[in-house]
Amino acid sequence: MYFLRTALIFGLLFVFAEAGQLVHAETLQDLTQALSVKNYTKKAAVVEKLAATGEVQANTILSALMDGALFTRKSDGKIVLGTKIKKNYLLVDPVDGTELGEVQKSALKKVRINNKVRIAIRAGIGRLELTSADPEKRISAAAAIFKSEAPAMLPVLRALVKSEKNADVKPALIRSVAALELLYGDNHDVQMFAVADLKAAGGPEVKALLNKVLINLQLNEPAQNSELAAAIRSAIAAIETQLETYGLIENLFQGVSLASVLLLAAIGLAVTFGVMGVINMAHGEMVMIGAYTTYIIQETCRIYAPGFLDFSLIVAIPLAFVVAGTFGILLERSVIRFLYGRPLETLLATWGISLILQQLVRTIFGPTNKEVSTPEWLSGAWEITAGLSFTYNRIAIILFALVVLFFLMMVLKKTLFGLQMRAVTQNRMMAGSMGIRSARVDAMTFGLGSGVAGMAGVALSQIDNVSPNLGQAYIIDSFMVVVFGGVGNLWGTLVGAGSLGIANKFLEPYSGAVLAKIFVLVAIILFIQKRPRGLFALKGRSVEG
Amino acid sequence: MSTSYVTEKGPFVSLLTGLPGGGKAFMGILLAAAVFIVVGNQIIPEDNFFHVPTYMVSLLGKYLCYALLALSVDLIWGFCGILSLGHGAFFALGGYVMGMYLMRQIGDRGVYGNPELPDFMVFLNWQELPWYWFGFESFAFTGLMIMLVPGLLAFIFGWFAFRSRVTGVYFSIITQAMTYALLLAFFRNDMGFGGNNGLTDFKEIIGFDLRSDGTRLGLFVGSVIALAVGYLVSSFITQSKFGRILIAIRDAESRTRFTGYRVEYYKLTVFVISAVLAGIAGSLYVPQVGIINPSEFSPANSIEVVIWVAIGGRGTLWGAVLGAILVNWGKSYFTGALPEAWLYMLGGLFVFSTLALPKGIVGTFPIFYDTIRRKLGRRADDLSNVKEGDA
Repeated sequence: MYFLRTALIFGLLFVFAEAGQLVHAETLQDLTQALSVKNYTKKAAVVEKLAATGEVQANTILSALMDGALFTRKSDGKIVLGTKIKKNYLLVDPVDGTELGEVQKSALKKVRINNKVRIAIRAGIGRLELTSADPEKRISAAAAIFKSEAPAMLPVLRALVKSEKNADVKPALIRSVAALELLYGDNHDVQMFAVADLKAAGGPEVKALLNKVLINLQLNEPAQNSELAAAIRSAIAAIETQLETYGLIENLFQGVSLASVLLLAAIGLAVTFGVMGVINMAHGEMVMIGAYTTYIIQETCRIYAPGFLDFSLIVAIPLAFVVAGTFGILLERSVIRFLYGRPLETLLATWGISLILQQLVRTIFGPTNKEVSTPEWLSGAWEITAGLSFTYNRIAIILFALVVLFFLMMVLKKTLFGLQMRAVTQNRMMAGSMGIRSARVDAMTFGLGSGVAGMAGVALSQIDNVSPNLGQAYIIDSFMVVVFGGVGNLWGTLVGAGSLGIANKFLEPYSGAVLAKIFVLVAIILFIQKRPRGLFALKGRSVEG
Repeated sequence: MSTSYVTEKGPFVSLLTGLPGGGKAFMGILLAAAVFIVVGNQIIPEDNFFHVPTYMVSLLGKYLCYALLALSVDLIWGFCGILSLGHGAFFALGGYVMGMYLMRQIGDRGVYGNPELPDFMVFLNWQELPWYWFGFESFAFTGLMIMLVPGLLAFIFGWFAFRSRVTGVYFSIITQAMTYALLLAFFRNDMGFGGNNGLTDFKEIIGFDLRSDGTRLGLFVGSVIALAVGYLVSSFITQSKFGRILIAIRDAESRTRFTGYRVEYYKLTVFVISAVLAGIAGSLYVPQVGIINPSEFSPANSIEVVIWVAIGGRGTLWGAVLGAILVNWGKSYFTGALPEAWLYMLGGLFVFSTLALPKGIVGTFPIFYDTIRRKLGRRADDLSNVKEGDA
């Protein structure tokens, strides 16, 4: 019984499905065949009808027509979809997808299109996508219609606005409707409403559209539409103010983003400099080592665990810390500890080490840039409104920098090691006489600072080229941050990185990137004159070392 | 040497022992070598083993310019404890001043044939010479500017830095920032110094063709004289009372200040003199290599100069000269023979010289000498003299 019933239901379903497909297939088939018409105006009309069917296949057909992959078979005049395979074409029925064999090029005639048809196709594809199940596609389709300014879409759009439930898609649809109503509407009130809608939507594209309409109005009938023109003018002004605000926010974001990069690069330096009074010129190379660790992990993942590739970045963070930290401790044990009390010599020795490390990486990995791909979950941007969007990887780096800062603060404030480190920073001799093994603290501090630099390398691999010179690009800026912020205080580093990053990005629009950088450098050189020990100077006996 | 007492030392013993007379002996050898090179280039026929080809003369001339630059760094670092990581900036500025003169000498022989404007300005569609290019057609004016431009920058920079007591690594870092800022600035086309291509295609200097052998030899001799004069000036400064105070500042800045000396003025004076020497070195360097571009400002170059001094021996003057010549000879040789290895070696030199040779080659001699003498059972009665040599 059970089996029978199931079979019956399935059978019925099958029949219905088949029947439904047949009905559409016929009309689609006819319409597709109608594309062979010579007259372009008629062809455009056929395209519109095809789009009106709302079928999935219609989308394929239209795309193929756009790409020139639709042909007329000379033998029977049937419209087919051709894919080039070597010298021949593999033919497929565009509607039901059955294979029709291979033919030579001479047996086919391309279905030609002109601009008019192309516009119709674009609008048609847009219309088909408007009803797509994917909200992203619906938004981009609405945006495409906004750009194409195709009046034919207006009734469809109006219907869709009413039925649309997704809160992200609806504004996009309203914007497109308003644009079309303003452009082609003849009713004054409708146009006024449209302007209000557009004003609410905002964005640079709307501004361009309004400007265009305004010019047309003034050319054609200045007297009649003065009210509309005034409304448009006020809308443009409002959008301009809004865009300026966005520009400011954008700048601020760029500045904060640069600041977070600087913070990451400089924070490890601040730790080592603060504790040991040593500028580690090889610090940039620790960043580079972190970036290369990320690269190696990514490549290992690609070979052994391709499914895991998207998360290789997460694994890279602790590993980069360990690898760079180990390098740091080795460096301290093998070179730096012999140079205590001679900061200038330490500077030179670490510079030498940075040259060696760079050349080492160049020998192993080659001088060219290595690509560290952005994982799926970090690509794309967070679009807040039209004309204002923040990329995810930048946001992630800002958050990461703050997390690292927090983590470092916790280590400094809440652990025994941190306590010892602070003691050595403030007074090495006294700390030593209290039983703190300052040599060991030095080594661990160097490891910590280098490890943090390694983590910075993971972040930088997302926004910069992974090359042997990666560290060099950041080292001077990091020095500036540390010198500006003052040593022995991580808040100083935060404020230093923040002000440098934001100052740089705010100067850039006025003076260009290079001059902005020069201004900032000169400003710091002057600032050092006023406060030779930085913004947050350490006070006390250890200062005059 | 084991048979002579240190007290009876002649200049050549001093050379081996690093005593104060050693510098004179070394400079004497250098001058003799220079005379030999001139003779070897001009008089000895080409097929002779001792003939010195002209390209070698230019190469050696380049080393001498580097040596003068190293000397200027030693003057402030070795004797006053000021580690400048931006001395390449003064060198490059001197070079640019000379480059401007040489550009103006091209006249209408440039690619565009404009009698007034250098090629890159014509290329940028500039109509007239910027005001800061005026006067550089005169060699005397250029000569003045070679000293004035680096000197003035050093004066302004040093005035601010020393007055507010920026010392140690902080000073090193901001000098590095200074040369980095200049590097970025000179990369800009709008600056009017040829952007990243810099100044090149020089034709002649005071009427002499730059490509002729005679001019190249002349420039070499000029470099020798400049180095000799630079050495004499530096050794005079360091041996004078002024120099003694510099050493006091190096060893204990606060104490010197409390003794009543205006530390910042001493520092400023020696910094400016050093910058002028560096500028002169740069101005002799440019006609010999035929180009000056912003990469001369790169911080890495300036740090490399410091290592020449460290290798040779800081605070000895002639050690700096020796170090510059040795390291650059090594660089020329190894970048040709083993290009991959050079950066390892340079990096290794930085580490080695700071760890194993803190006094440099020259500074290590007296220690050797003393050890040998002790081993041979000679009296070490004049250790005090030897100590003085280290200073």
